[in-house]
Amino acid sequence: MNAPRLMRFLLLALVAGMPFGLQAQELIHSEKSLYRQVLVYEDGETRCMCFTVRCSKGRQTCLYVKNPDQLALGYSELMLSSLYLEPKPKSILIVGLGGGVLPRTLSHLVPDAKIDVVEIDPAVTRVAEKYFLFKQSPNLKVNEVDGRVFVKRAGREKKTYDIIMLDAFDHEYIPEHLLTQEFLEEVKALMHPGSVLAANTFSGSGLYDYESVTYQKVFGEFYNLKTANRVILARIGGLPTLAQITENTSLFESALAKYRMTADDVIPLFNKRVDWDPKARVLTDQYSPANLLNSR
Amino acid sequence: MYSIVLYLVAGWSGFFVMGVELLGGRLLAPYFGSSIYVWGALITIFMLALSIGYLAGGRLSIHSPSLKRLGIILILAALTVSPMLLFGTGMLDSVSTAIEDPRFGSLIGSAVLFFIPTTISGMVSPYAIRLLVDDRATSGRNAGHLFFVSTFGSAAGTILTSFYLVLWLEVNQILITMIVISLALGLVACLIPKNRRDE
Repeated sequence: MNAPRLMRFLLLALVAGMPFGLQAQELIHSEKSLYRQVLVYEDGETRCMCFTVRCSKGRQTCLYVKNPDQLALGYSELMLSSLYLEPKPKSILIVGLGGGVLPRTLSHLVPDAKIDVVEIDPAVTRVAEKYFLFKQSPNLKVNEVDGRVFVKRAGREKKTYDIIMLDAFDHEYIPEHLLTQEFLEEVKALMHPGSVLAANTFSGSGLYDYESVTYQKVFGEFYNLKTANRVILARIGGLPTLAQITENTSLFESALAKYRMTADDVIPLFNKRVDWDPKARVLTDQYSPANLLNSR
Repeated sequence: MYSIVLYLVAGWSGFFVMGVELLGGRLLAPYFGSSIYVWGALITIFMLALSIGYLAGGRLSIHSPSLKRLGIILILAALTVSPMLLFGTGMLDSVSTAIEDPRFGSLIGSAVLFFIPTTISGMVSPYAIRLLVDDRATSGRNAGHLFFVSTFGSAAGTILTSFYLVLWLEVNQILITMIVISLALGLVACLIPKNRRDE
C-alpha cells in the first residue's frame, strides 16, 4: 500500500469505528458573554446549544433541524407533563431559557397563558432567538436577571403563577443558590393552591439524595419522573391521582402529536416512591456545597 | 514565645480574612446571584478595606506599639464580623430591595458587611512588622517573613474554606468558629509578657 492509500484506509477505518451518534460536530456559532462561552454545534440532524467545548459537559438544548417542533431532549416531555396536573394555566414562570424549547412549545399549547421567562445571560437569549426559533411576544417575555433575584422580587410584589418550571443550569449543574430550601420556599411563595411546580434535575447526580429531601421538605410528596433526567412535579394542596392525570392527557393528545410527544411515554413514569436516602442533609443557604457534593 | 504568637496572629488574620471573603460570596448569592460581578464587588471591597487597613495599621504602630495592642486589633476584627451573624440576611435583604442593579447592590452590600472588619484585619500586618523589626539591616527579612506567614495563612484559609469547611459546616458555624479562634488568639497575645527587648 502506498502512502496516500494507507492514509485513506486509516481514515476510513477511523470513521467506520466511530460509534453511532458521534458524527462530526460542526461549530456553527460561538459567542462570549459575561458568564461563559455560548456554543452552537450542528451534526447534520441536530443542532445543540452547549456551554463547554464539544458539549463535553452536556447540552443545554437541542433541536432537529428538519423538524424543529419535535422535542429533541426527552426531559422536555417530562417538564411539559406539568400540564396534566394543571391543564389550564393562565400564568407560567420558567427559570432558565436555554434554547427556549419549553416556552416556545408552551406558547403554542396554551396560547392564552402569560409566560415569564428568567434568563440571566443575554447571550443565551440572543442565541435562542437566532438559532433555536425562539421569539418573544406580548405574552412571552424574557427577564434578564438571576433566577433567585427574580423570584425574591416577584415575592415582594406578591405575584403568583399557575405553573413554575425550574430549568436553570450552568455548564455543570444547577447553580448552588437555586438548590436550597430557602430558594424553594421563595418559589413556593409564588404559588397558590393548585399551582404546579416542575423542576428539572439529573437522575444520576451526586446530589440526588440531598435534592430529594430538600424538595420534600418544602413541597411534601411529589411525582418523581425519571429517565436520565429526573423531573419533580409537585402541587400546592396535594397531588392529583394518577387517574385524574391520565384523564387530563386527553386534552393535549392531539396538540402534542406535532411535537411527537404522547402521554403513553410519560404516564408510566409517574410515581411517588421514595428512592433516596431520607436521612440525607437538607440543602440550605447555610449549607449548600452542591458542586462539591456533586463531584464526589 | 513572643514571636511565635506574633506570627500566629499574622497567619491567622490572613486565614480569617479569606475565610470571611469566601463565605461572603455565599451570603451575597441569594440576594445578588453568584455572577462574576458579585465576586468582583466583594473582592473590590476587601482589597479597598485592606489597603486602608495597612495605612491605619502603620500609623497606629508609631505610638507605643505592643503585642497586647495587636491582640486587641485581632479581637476587634472578630467582633465586627459578628453582626453579620445576626443582621447579615436582613441587611442584604434591604440593600437588594433598595438597589435593583446587582453590581452596585452587591458592592454596597459587601461594603456594609465587610468593610469595617476587613479594614481592621488589614492593620495587623504593618503593625506586626513594627513589633518584629530590630534594625534597618534585618527589616526587609522580617517583613518578608511576616508577609510569608500572613499570605500563607490566606492561602490556607481559602482552600480549607472552599474545599472542606463548607462541606462540613454551615456558613454561620464556620464564622462562629473563626471568631472564637480570633478571640482566643487575641487574648493570648494580650496576656503574653512584654517583649524581651523592652521597648
